Amino acid sequence: MKDLFNIAIRSTFIDNMIFAYFLGMCSFLAISKKVSTAFGLGIAVIFVIGVTVPINWIIQNYVLTAGSLAWLGPDFANIDLNFLQFIVFISVIAAITQLTEMAVEKFSPALYGTLGIFLPLIAVNCSVLGAALFMVGRPYNLAEATVFGFGSATGWMIAIVALAGVREKMKYSNVPAPLRGLGITFILVGLMSLGFLSFLGFTL
Amino acid sequence: MSTEAAAVVKAPEKKEALFSKKNRKLIANPLDIENPVTVQILGVCSALAVTTQMKPAFVMSLGLTIVTACSNVVISAMRNTIPSRIRIIVQLAIVSLWVIMVDQILKAYVYDVSKQLSVFVGLIITNCIVMGRLEAYAMANKPWPSFLDGIGNGLGYGMILMTLAFVRELFGGGSLFGFKVFASLGIPYQGNGLLLLPAGACILLGIIIWVQRSLNGYREAH
Repeated sequence: MKDLFNIAIRSTFIDNMIFAYFLGMCSFLAISKKVSTAFGLGIAVIFVIGVTVPINWIIQNYVLTAGSLAWLGPDFANIDLNFLQFIVFISVIAAITQLTEMAVEKFSPALYGTLGIFLPLIAVNCSVLGAALFMVGRPYNLAEATVFGFGSATGWMIAIVALAGVREKMKYSNVPAPLRGLGITFILVGLMSLGFLSFLGFTL
Repeated sequence: MSTEAAAVVKAPEKKEALFSKKNRKLIANPLDIENPVTVQILGVCSALAVTTQMKPAFVMSLGLTIVTACSNVVISAMRNTIPSRIRIIVQLAIVSLWVIMVDQILKAYVYDVSKQLSVFVGLIITNCIVMGRLEAYAMANKPWPSFLDGIGNGLGYGMILMTLAFVRELFGGGSLFGFKVFASLGIPYQGNGLLLLPAGACILLGIIIWVQRSLNGYREAH
């Protein structure tokens, strides 16, 4: 239990998807102009990462890793399907995103109205594929992988909501014209990332 | 008379030179006014993550240019047969095919760089530049212009990557392509650790955008 808690804290704050790895920057920068939409996208990302990471963990450990097909019979013990990793993972992610979109449209048209255009974008959000690939690189079991997925997605949401909050206030500042928009946003992200560095001091 | 004039105007379009003015623009524009990283906000994740040193940045730009150009050609050749409802999955499948090839080649010939890039080679699949160019250009244009568009955007991305990596490696670590510049000149230099951090990369990119926009006059509303 303590391990799970440590992984959650570590993936949310210390190894934050945005401020430590820069994953999912494109939508992070493009959809952080308003707090409400940023929050909605954050929830959708948490859902998609939370579902795809465990599914990909199961696929990785029972189908793709060398020798993991042994449960099918001794003939399959020598097969190594790791080279299919990218294409399998991205298909799972694209399928789950499509499913999420259809489910939300069916069961909650109001939420779909707010999130509509952002849902398909999640398929190409690097943080989703990034979480799946990091999960493979670390020796997690299923429960740990799930917690890791939820933790990193929560970290992503905290980051995008915080940036949106700051950008809403930026409207009232006098920024030099060539720096307006993207330029000042990058400098803001850099400064926020410096703030998040202070979490590095924690030993868990 | 008028039909003749129209035919004269139309003729050069049919047999457009391989490097006509329009096609050259496809390569030149993404380097400056339509730069994928600093103007279109595409492919930012990897631009910040792989630029602590010149070598991985160079390999990454090369890989991305190849993947963008090749997937552009394939998608552009197939564009009339792809049903629009499932186009994203089709695009992802083709992009991941090329990425798998690049990944296997890197693992075979430059294993150390491939280890250094870790997940970022795989992340070329979700690199918004590739998807963005497929959606915005290849789905509506012929293979050859699409190829040039892919090369142009890859180079525009590479240009920003190399600039970032140059500053970060030179002032952060005191070397270029692993060659100790300051040490060989006999200048004692203490590397600036901030530049090697993600935060430094962000601020540096902000400054690059500032400089570029001051030069080319591109402005953005609040």
